[in-house]
Amino acid sequence: MNKVVKNADEAIRGIKDNMTLMLGGFGLCGIPENCISSLVKSGVKGLTCISNNAGVDDFGIGLMLKGRQVKKMISSYVGENAEFERQLLSGELEVELIPQGTLATRCLATGYGMPAIFTPAGVGTEVAEGKETRIFKGKEYLLEHAFEVDFAIVKAWKGDTAGNLIYRATARNFNPLMAMAGKITIAEVEHLVPEGELDPDGIHTPGIFVHRIFQGVNYEKRIEQRTVRKK
Amino acid sequence: MLDKNGIAKRIAQELQDGYYVNLGIGIPTLVANYIPDNMDVILQSENGLLGIGPFPFEGEEDPDLINAGKQTITTVKGSSFFDSAMSFGMIRAGKVDLTVLGAMEVADNGDIANWKIPGKMVKGMGGAMDLVASAKNIIVAMQQVNKAGESKLLSQCTLPITGRKCVKKIVTEMGVYDITPKGFQLLERAPGVSVDQIKNAVAGRLVIKGEIPEMKL
Repeated sequence: MNKVVKNADEAIRGIKDNMTLMLGGFGLCGIPENCISSLVKSGVKGLTCISNNAGVDDFGIGLMLKGRQVKKMISSYVGENAEFERQLLSGELEVELIPQGTLATRCLATGYGMPAIFTPAGVGTEVAEGKETRIFKGKEYLLEHAFEVDFAIVKAWKGDTAGNLIYRATARNFNPLMAMAGKITIAEVEHLVPEGELDPDGIHTPGIFVHRIFQGVNYEKRIEQRTVRKK
Repeated sequence: MLDKNGIAKRIAQELQDGYYVNLGIGIPTLVANYIPDNMDVILQSENGLLGIGPFPFEGEEDPDLINAGKQTITTVKGSSFFDSAMSFGMIRAGKVDLTVLGAMEVADNGDIANWKIPGKMVKGMGGAMDLVASAKNIIVAMQQVNKAGESKLLSQCTLPITGRKCVKKIVTEMGVYDITPKGFQLLERAPGVSVDQIKNAVAGRLVIKGEIPEMKL
């Protein structure tokens, strides 16, 4: 099985205006940098982006916001982005803020082929407005639906030509969940190896979920909060 | 009056050997500095790590290794990584023993508001709603009086709430409180703070039973 494409430009082929995308990452950690660059270059517009965060002004999804390519953002936290705030307050951008665990579990439901989940997060808050609730063992839960996703775009550390993926450290975050959720899933990896080189026991995302894979280039891996101690 | 570190130090006294603990952003993060040496406490970061270590040495930062506040961190012996769904599974299923969170307001029934100031701060709730809806034991670390001198311990939250009836204990610059059916029960006073000062700094129902000891730090 060979799912390798040449580069990000080829990988994002078929992403059209007004589609819904999932993008992996937490903050700027584990984001698909190469595909984001290609999406910016492509000029595709009207996108709905499901991603935990919205990048920063000049990196990550922030680059797509700058180009007014995003119609709607579905995220749990969008704090670090002034352009985002500006577009939101001016009404140019629609945003749906949802609890992080709800986001993760809705991704999981999508990838696991389940239509919805029940979660206690958001009960009694404005997140619950208009949502169906149900009591289990005396506790109230919200019904939350799976997503409809055209493309999921993830970043992994290592991958093989068959699409098997391994993530590294906390760059894993939403990536394995989103990898399972796309109608078409694109994976960009730092190290692409031939089939058979990865230990089957160590695979985080089995290749069945991945449709296109390529080795990314020039990873910047920007750090948002550099915190250190002295030696 | 306690400063931020004092609040963190007092909260560290609530830790127990073998606890798995999630520390929120702000004052809660400082609690990690006061974990007793002889105690085995494992810190969870909801972006996918059990076993948070100290900040890395200069030059050893790893962009793939951050905490939920997006700060560069390290691992410890026995650390593990996992995805975001598993992370919130740990929280939802009650595997995490203690959650320490910051708050903008707490009501005397245990409601908490810490994610949104309408028209001003609309950044999102991150994992806060999941944590407050599910955690077995939630301690809030906060300043109970704002810069304008107004109490943030209220009879009802004025800001959009993060969760209902979920806070168990509050540690502030002035004291330690339990949430009880009758309201904020004062358990301890911060060094140099009188009961009268505290009465003036709580806007919700306050329960005071007998002599209130000064906290030992």
